[in-house]
Amino acid sequence: MVDGAIASPLLRWIPLLPLAAAAIHGVMLGLLRRTLTRGGVIALSCGAVIASFVLSCVVLGQLVVLPEGQRLLIDSLYTWVGAGRFSAEASFQLDPLSAVMILVVTGVGSLIHVYSIGYMDDDHRDDKGFQRFFCYLNLFTFSMLVLVLGDNLLLLFLGWEGVGLCSYLLIGFWYADRWNAYCGMKAFIVNRIGDFAFLVGIFLVFWTLAGAGHPTLAFRDIQAAFPAIGEKTVTLPDWLGFLPGAPSWRLATLIGLCLFVGACGKSAQLPLYVWLPDAMAGPTPVSALIHAATMVTAGVYMVCRLSFLYAAAPGASAVIAWTGALTALFAATIAITQTDIKKVLAYSTVSQLGYMFLGAGCGGYTAAMFHLGTHAFFKALLFLGSGAVILAMHHEQDTSQMGGLWRKLRFTHWLFLVGVLAISGFPFFSGFFSKDEILVTAYAAKQIPGHRALYAIGLGTAAITAFYMFRLHFRTFYGMPRASREVMAHAHDPDNTVMVPLWALAFLSIVGGIVGLPQVYGDMLGVKDSNSLANFLGPVLGHAAHEVPHARELGLAGFAVGAFALGLAVAWLLYLRNPELPVRLGQALSGAYRLLWNKYYVDELYDAAIVRPLVALSDLVLYRGVDAGLIDGVGVNGPARAVVGFASRGLKYVQTGLAQSYLFLMLLGAIAVVGWMVR
Amino acid sequence: MIDAHLLSLVTFLPLAVALVLLLAGRAPELVWKGVALGASLLTFGLSIGLWLGFDPTRTGYQFVERAPWLPGWGIHYFVGIDGMSLLLVMLTTFLMPIVLLASWNDVKRSVRSYVFFMLSLETAMIGTFVALNLFQFYVFWELMLVPMYFIIGVWGGARRVYAAVKFFLFTMLGSLLMLVALIVVYYLHFEQFGTLNLDLVALPGTAARAILDTHVPIAGQAVWWQTQPWLFAAFALAFGVKVPMVPLHTWLPDAHVEAPTSGSVILAGVLLKMGTYGFVRFALPLFPVAAVQFTPVIFTLAVIGILYGALVSMVQKDMKRVVAYSSVAHLGFVMLGMFALNVEGLEGSVLQMVNHGLSTGALFLLVGMLYERRHTRDIAEFGGIAKPMPVYAALFVLVTMSSIGLPMLNGFVGEFLILLGAFARSPAFAVPATFGVVLAAAYLLWMVRRIFFGPVENPENRSLIDLGLREKAVMVAIVVPILWIGIYPDPFLRRLDASVLEVLRRVEVGMAGGSANAPHADRVGLEAPARAALAEAGR
Repeated sequence: MVDGAIASPLLRWIPLLPLAAAAIHGVMLGLLRRTLTRGGVIALSCGAVIASFVLSCVVLGQLVVLPEGQRLLIDSLYTWVGAGRFSAEASFQLDPLSAVMILVVTGVGSLIHVYSIGYMDDDHRDDKGFQRFFCYLNLFTFSMLVLVLGDNLLLLFLGWEGVGLCSYLLIGFWYADRWNAYCGMKAFIVNRIGDFAFLVGIFLVFWTLAGAGHPTLAFRDIQAAFPAIGEKTVTLPDWLGFLPGAPSWRLATLIGLCLFVGACGKSAQLPLYVWLPDAMAGPTPVSALIHAATMVTAGVYMVCRLSFLYAAAPGASAVIAWTGALTALFAATIAITQTDIKKVLAYSTVSQLGYMFLGAGCGGYTAAMFHLGTHAFFKALLFLGSGAVILAMHHEQDTSQMGGLWRKLRFTHWLFLVGVLAISGFPFFSGFFSKDEILVTAYAAKQIPGHRALYAIGLGTAAITAFYMFRLHFRTFYGMPRASREVMAHAHDPDNTVMVPLWALAFLSIVGGIVGLPQVYGDMLGVKDSNSLANFLGPVLGHAAHEVPHARELGLAGFAVGAFALGLAVAWLLYLRNPELPVRLGQALSGAYRLLWNKYYVDELYDAAIVRPLVALSDLVLYRGVDAGLIDGVGVNGPARAVVGFASRGLKYVQTGLAQSYLFLMLLGAIAVVGWMVR
Repeated sequence: MIDAHLLSLVTFLPLAVALVLLLAGRAPELVWKGVALGASLLTFGLSIGLWLGFDPTRTGYQFVERAPWLPGWGIHYFVGIDGMSLLLVMLTTFLMPIVLLASWNDVKRSVRSYVFFMLSLETAMIGTFVALNLFQFYVFWELMLVPMYFIIGVWGGARRVYAAVKFFLFTMLGSLLMLVALIVVYYLHFEQFGTLNLDLVALPGTAARAILDTHVPIAGQAVWWQTQPWLFAAFALAFGVKVPMVPLHTWLPDAHVEAPTSGSVILAGVLLKMGTYGFVRFALPLFPVAAVQFTPVIFTLAVIGILYGALVSMVQKDMKRVVAYSSVAHLGFVMLGMFALNVEGLEGSVLQMVNHGLSTGALFLLVGMLYERRHTRDIAEFGGIAKPMPVYAALFVLVTMSSIGLPMLNGFVGEFLILLGAFARSPAFAVPATFGVVLAAAYLLWMVRRIFFGPVENPENRSLIDLGLREKAVMVAIVVPILWIGIYPDPFLRRLDASVLEVLRRVEVGMAGGSANAPHADRVGLEAPARAALAEAGR
C-alpha cells in the first residue's frame, strides 16, 4: 500500500454488483433455462447498474474531500496471478482519472440500461432475449469498470478482454442472422490483433522494470520506477533499420507503440478500425453504450493512464497524434456518402476517437479525457436518438427510406438536433469546448513533427463532421417523406423509458462543456480556475500542456466556428436547398464517390491480401501439403506400406493380432534388458 | 494406515475394482457402469486427501512410499508426489468420473470390458505420474498404451484400426528409444556409484545416490552415445511423440477422430501430459546442459506447433479435428513455457497442462454430446443450433473462451505466465508465439459461428434436444475448475512453487557442474545470456 492511499472497501462493489447480476442471469439462462419476469430483470439489472452509479458518486465524494495531491482510494482483494517475481493483484484504485471514467461508465450506462427496457421490449425475435440482453449488458458494465478501476496493467487487460467478449456477444446478439454473427467474430479477431501487441507491451514493461529491480505491473509502481528505465534504449534488429531513429530506440517508445497498437484495435484506429462500422449489427443501445460511449474509449483511457510513459516517449506520441488525425479525416470522408443512419454514426465515432488520440498524442491528456466525456454524452444521445427513429420506422436504418420525420417524431427530432450541434462544434455546446481544446493543443504541440498540419487536418475534419452530421439530420428529418404511407402513419415518438434517457443526455450534451470550460472563457465570465476538469485531473495527467495566448486561442475558436458554419452551409445547400445536386455531384465525381461509398475498399483489401491467402496457405500448403502429404504420406504411411508389404510376404504368420505381438515385443525388450544387465 | 498408503490406494484402487469386475459373474450393464463410476468417484475423493494433505512449503516428495521389489536390480516400488505430479494426479482422478458419466449412453458394446480398460487406464496414468523409480515409470508408461489401444480400436469410429495402430506405433517407436536411453543412464549410474539403482531420487533422510544424481557426461567427455545430447534426444523423441510436437503429431488427429468421446477426453486431457511431464521430470534434471543446448530447437518446434497447429486447425471440417489440432498449438505453449527455464514460464507451463486437460477435455465432451445426437461431426452439417440447444451453446462458448485464453478463465493464467517467461528468455520466439492468441480466436470462433449461429437450415437440426440433467452435471463439474483457476489460481500456483524451483535448481546445479568439470563448456553452447537466464531462474 502506498503512503497516503486510503482503503475504501466500497470500491469493489462498483464492479461486483453488475457482475453478480450478470452471474444470476447467466446461471438462470445458460443452465436452468428459467427466466425472471420482465420486472425482475429490470430490477436486477438496472438496479445493479444504478447502485453502481450511486456508489461511484459516494466514492467520488470520498475522493474530493482529500487534499489535492493525495486523492487515491485503494481496495485490495487478493493476489490474482503470482509466479516467481511476477505478481498481479486483484486490486482496485480510484484516482481522479478513474473517477471520471466510472462516472461516465455508470452514469451513461444507467441511462442506456433504462433506455434498453423500452428498446428491447419491442424485440420478439428470440425467447428470453430480453434477459439475455441485460445479462450481457451487466457483464459488460463489470468488465468496463474493472478496466478503469484496476490498479495494474493485467487487471486492465482483464477488463479489456472482457469488454471485447461482451462486444462479441452483443454484436451477434441476434445470432440467427449470419451477418451479425460474422460481425461479432470479426470484431473479436481484429481486437485480438491489437491485444497481441498489447500483451507484448505488457511483457516489455514487466521485464524492463524487473531488469531495473522493480518487477511490477501496478500503475503507481510503474510510475514510481519509470525514471529508472526512462532513458534505456533497445537495439533494433537490422531488418528494421529503415525506421526513424534506428538502430537504437528508447524502450519507452517501443513499449508505448506496442500498447498503442492494442489501443488501435480497441478504439478502432487505422489500420484496425474495420470492425467498428460492422459492429453496428448489434442492437442500438449496444452501439450507444459499447461502440460509442465507453468501450471504444478504453484505448484513450489507457494512453492517459500511462501518460507519464507517453510524455517521455515523443516518438510514440507523434505516432499516436498522426494516427489519430489521419483516422479522424479518413473516417469522416467515408461518413460523407453513407446512407445507413448507424453507419454514419459509426464512422463519426471512429473519427471522434481519432480526435481524442490526436489530443493525447499532442500531450493534451486532459483535453482527450474532456472530449471522451462530452463525446460519451452526445454520441450516446445520437445513437439512442437513431434508435428511436429506427423503432419508429420498424427497424429500417437506411436514410434513403426516411425524410420528413420531424413532423412525426417531434421530440426525437429536437433531441437529435442537439446531438448534431454538439458533435459539430456549435458554439458553447459541449463538443465545441472539447474539440477546441484538442485543436488548440495540436496547434501548440511543438514537440510533434508537423503539428500545424495536424491542426489543419483537425480543423478540416471539423468542417466535414458538420457537413455529414447535418446531411444525416436533414435526410432523416426534413424534406419529403420517402417511407411508405403506412409506416409514416404509425411513426411516433417512443414512450418514456426511451425518451427520458434522451432528455438527460441532451441536457448533458448542451451543458457538459462547463466542467472543462477553458480559462479564456472563464476570464470573460470572471471565473477563476474555470477548467475544473483539468484541475481535477491535473495531479494524474499533468497540467495543461499548451501555452497559447488568449487572443490567439479565441482566434482559433473563430476558425472552428467557421468550419462548423461551412459544413452546415454546404449541407444545407446540397440537401435542403437543392436536393438534386448531390445526385449530380455523385455522377460527376463517380470515381471518388464509389471509392468513398465502398469505404476505400479496405475490407476487400484485407480479405484479398490477408484472410484468403492465410486460409489457402493453411489448407493447401500446411494441411494437405505438409500434414497429409509430407509427414503422413511420405513419412508415416510410406514406410508402413513397405513394412506391410514385406510382412505380408514373409511374416504373415507372426501377425496374429496386435495385442499378442505387443506382448511379444515387450518380452523381447525385457530379454534384451536382462541380457544387457547380466552381460 | 490410510494416510501412510494414501498414494498407493489412489493409484491402485481403480485397477483393483477393474480386476474384481473382470472376475465377477454376470450382471446388467448398469452395474458395471455404476461400479466403475463409484470407484472413480471414490478415487477422486481419496485424491482430495492428497490435495489437502500436501504441504506446499516443503521441497521434495510427499506421501512417499517405498518397498523392495527387485532390490538386487535397484528396482523398488517407490512412489511420491511433488506439486507438479499432484496437479496432474488430481487432473486424472477428476476427469475419470466425468468421462465415465459422460459416456454413460455412448458405449453400448461390451460394457464390462470398456469399464475394465478405463479403470486400468486410470491406474496406469496415475502410476506414471507418481512413479519415483525409473523401471516402475517405464512399466506404467507402457501399460497405458494397452487399454488406450483397445479403447480406440474397439469402441472407436470407422477407421479405428488404422488410428489405433498408428497411435500404437508412433508411441512405441519413441518408447523403445527411451528404454535404450534409460538403460544407458542406469549403466552410467552404476559406473559412477557402484550400485544398481533405478530410484529417481533418494529416499528422504538417506545419503544414498539416485538416478538424478547421475553425472551424465556432456559432449566430448565420453562415448558418443553416453553423452547428454544423445540421451536427451532419445528422451525428447519419446516424449515429443506424446506431447505431440510437430512433426510427430499426425497420429493425434486420427486417434482423436476415431476414438470414442471418453478416449478423446482422456487422450487430450491426460495422455498428452505424459510427454510434457516426462520432459520436466526427467529430461530437464538429467540432461540440463543438453536441455539448454537444445532449447532453440525446442523453442522452434514449439512456436511452429503453436502457429502451424492453429492454422491447420482453422481449415478442418470435422469438429474433433479442429480440437485435435488446437491441442498441438496448446501443447506448443506448454513446451515453450517449460524451456523458458524460469519460474514464471515453468509454473505457467505446468498449470497449462492442467488447463488444457480441462478446456480441451470439455470441448471433446461437448463435441461428443452433439455427436450422440446427430452422428456426425461435420461442421457443415450444423448451423444455427444455438436456437434449439441454448444451454449447450452457452457452455460451448464458455469453454471456447477458456481455450482462447480469455482472462477470468483458466487458459489465460497459464498462457500469460508462459509467454511472460518465454519473453524473458527470448523475445524472438515469444513474440510469434504470442500471435498464437490471435489465431486461437480465429479458428475457434469460426467454428462456433458455423455451428451455432445463422439460421437453422438443416431440418435435422431443428429438433435437436438440449442437454439433459446428466450432461449438465458433467459440464458444470468441469466448468467449476475452469472458473476457479481463472479467478483464483493461487492454490494451484503455490503448490507448484517448491517443485518448480527444485527443477530449476537441479538444472542450474547440473549446468554449473557440467561447466566446472568439463574443459569444453563452450562447445555445448552455453552462452552468457542462457547462463544469466538460469541464474535468474534459480533465484
